[in-house]
Amino acid sequence: MSTLVSNISNNGHTNYLDYKGKHDGLKGWIFSTDHKRIGILYLIALLSFFAVGVSFGFLIRLELLTIGKTIVEPQTYNAFFTLHGVIMIFLFVIPGLPAVFGNFFLPIMIGAKDVAFPRINLLSWWLYIVGGIMVIISILLPGGPADTGWTFYIPYSVRTGTNVIFTGLAAFILGFSSILTGINFVTTIHRLRAPGMGWFKMPLFSWALYATAWIQVLATPIIGITLLLIVVERVLGVGLFDPALGGDPILYQHLFWIYSHPAVYIMIVPAMGVVSEIIPVFARRTIFGYKFIAFSSIAIALLGSLVWAHHMFSSGMSSTAQFVFSLLTFLVAIPSAIKVFNWTATLYKGSIQLDPPMLYALAFIFLFSIGGLTGVVQGALSVDIHLTDTSFIVAHFHYVMFGGTGFGIFAALHYWLPKMFGRMYNKKLAKVGFWFLFVGFNTLYFPLFVMGWLGMPRRYYDYLPEYSIYHQISTVGSWILILGLIFIYYNLIRSLISGQKINDKNIWGGETLEWQIESPPIHDNFHEIPKVTSGPYEYKMNDEELEKEVK
Amino acid sequence: MIIAQSQFVKSVDFAFFFIIAVSVFFLVLITGLMIFFVIKYNRKRNPHAKNIHGNTGLEILWTVVPTILVLFMFYFGWTGYKEMSSIPEDSMTVNVTAQMWKFSFKYDNGKTSDTLFVPVNKPVKVNLSSLDVNHAFYIPAFRLKKDVIPGRQNTAWFTATEISSHPIFCAEYCGLNHSYMYTEVVVLSESDFNVWVNRGVPNIINAVDKK
Repeated sequence: MSTLVSNISNNGHTNYLDYKGKHDGLKGWIFSTDHKRIGILYLIALLSFFAVGVSFGFLIRLELLTIGKTIVEPQTYNAFFTLHGVIMIFLFVIPGLPAVFGNFFLPIMIGAKDVAFPRINLLSWWLYIVGGIMVIISILLPGGPADTGWTFYIPYSVRTGTNVIFTGLAAFILGFSSILTGINFVTTIHRLRAPGMGWFKMPLFSWALYATAWIQVLATPIIGITLLLIVVERVLGVGLFDPALGGDPILYQHLFWIYSHPAVYIMIVPAMGVVSEIIPVFARRTIFGYKFIAFSSIAIALLGSLVWAHHMFSSGMSSTAQFVFSLLTFLVAIPSAIKVFNWTATLYKGSIQLDPPMLYALAFIFLFSIGGLTGVVQGALSVDIHLTDTSFIVAHFHYVMFGGTGFGIFAALHYWLPKMFGRMYNKKLAKVGFWFLFVGFNTLYFPLFVMGWLGMPRRYYDYLPEYSIYHQISTVGSWILILGLIFIYYNLIRSLISGQKINDKNIWGGETLEWQIESPPIHDNFHEIPKVTSGPYEYKMNDEELEKEVK
Repeated sequence: MIIAQSQFVKSVDFAFFFIIAVSVFFLVLITGLMIFFVIKYNRKRNPHAKNIHGNTGLEILWTVVPTILVLFMFYFGWTGYKEMSSIPEDSMTVNVTAQMWKFSFKYDNGKTSDTLFVPVNKPVKVNLSSLDVNHAFYIPAFRLKKDVIPGRQNTAWFTATEISSHPIFCAEYCGLNHSYMYTEVVVLSESDFNVWVNRGVPNIINAVDKK
């Protein structure tokens, strides 16, 4: 397929932003099969949906500022948290890193001109856009936006009069987008590595994407089938999940989490990959325990597929199931711990520069550790019985999904955006934005841990007076966080328009392939496909320096 | 600080604070090392890095130690859970019905109530059933929670150990007034409870509340 593209035009050596293909203007973008342009398309859509998701989050927190009604009625509040969840999970966090930075950088990092199936790649962007637009339309249709929470638990989701089916169909379509990206990446990594690019010479971001892609391919169809079964149930009246028809609501929960728990790893593993790229570059040294980090991604993908029922410890499963799922849940913590230890060890005897990407990467380690460790708290059966469905859970997964993946996405933006557009942002403003985000984040989410331990259930429109203080602190935190996001958006968008042009190929001193090519890259990525002879973070100059000192 | 309001509190809180203590230790260790390295090996102070590719001994150490620790955590959680799932035979039974958006309680002698009254220091078994959608029966002070699922009967039990009253929440999202699906558990002395349960007047609830 890539030969097709080069037949059309011979200007593969021009910068991809100026490249003239079959189409011009907007069409040259939305019908482009160039993995870089598709990455940018995803980026624009993703940051737009993120802004919508943040707005709903802001409104949730604002409503919870005072007891009783603050701004809206319960029905509206219930729609807020449903839309916040659906948009953030299906439109921002799941596609986030693979679709934007995976698309843009995976082929470059392994020395390829494009992904294995460029047209399928474009199709998956279109599916993503159709799904996203459906979610937005579901807000406006008569019946009103879904009010079920992003989990769509049956029987409530078949009883409510809101647009659940429409939102569910959107999720179904978004699932296909994710599967196609996964198939593309697995094939690309197997087939298109440059000469000499052995498995253990691949950058760790590629390893993370590889593990993620397998989960996308294997787990996502289950949610698709589950949604189809709901249609079968509603249209043909076959009792599958609804007890009124003789079905079992617990079966639905199992099927939902068989996908949705691995989906958590679809979200976090690529962010771990980003951190594994950034830390050695800004510490100017080789990464500690390359193979352990690479294999722990695979271990997370395998073990993470076997722990789904820990979302259901209070549902009344058999003791055997509780035993097995709790034990496996504890074990899945180990590969994550191994990564955290190896990243920390990579700082040892480095030469560390605290540029914005590094700040985000280090914040990732801190926030992800809190998220991971509080996950371990809930792995313990008796403790989870108390904590499940409280705001403790809400705090836990925001520390993982936002503190982890969200900070990972911002790390990636600050690390790679200059490469993608050839322009630099204001580093000082980037650091100001970072600190607002970091302080706001912790002020927003930490009180939820305390409140959850004290028994505050989640998805509550109203609460008892003893929880007031925690809600108020948390809401103030949301304002600080949003201020940070405004700084970050402003700074990055301004840099694309009027940021300082970069002539240097390698602004951070990275050794992976994307830093050996132009900024912004040419259409074909490489003038000549490189021959790879060494690993991604060798920093041979350190060894030479050492030899000099010894002499 | 925390008064054990039910017999589960001790084991749940022990497991919780044990895991929190281990977690805080590792969090402080990791964060402390990160900050220390960032300062000590700052590029200004340390312009030349040293390549260290790894250390198998360390990798084994930080795989094995956390594995042992999580096995302990698992064990504490499991034993606590075993206790929660072994209902004593001499328990008093209360049938709990959940619906959008209220709980109601029915006692063996036919007495019904919107507030859960129980005697102190006596095991109480709750049979949970739902008339419509999923709910969850949650008493934070007792560390007790169980989903209430239509079409199946879940059970749970507890022994209240202090004369007191506590909130009961619905913890599984159930639609419009989910956050108002709220009532109380009132723990009485055995004699007070017997007086209450044997009086057939429904509005007696108010009288006991005032007491």
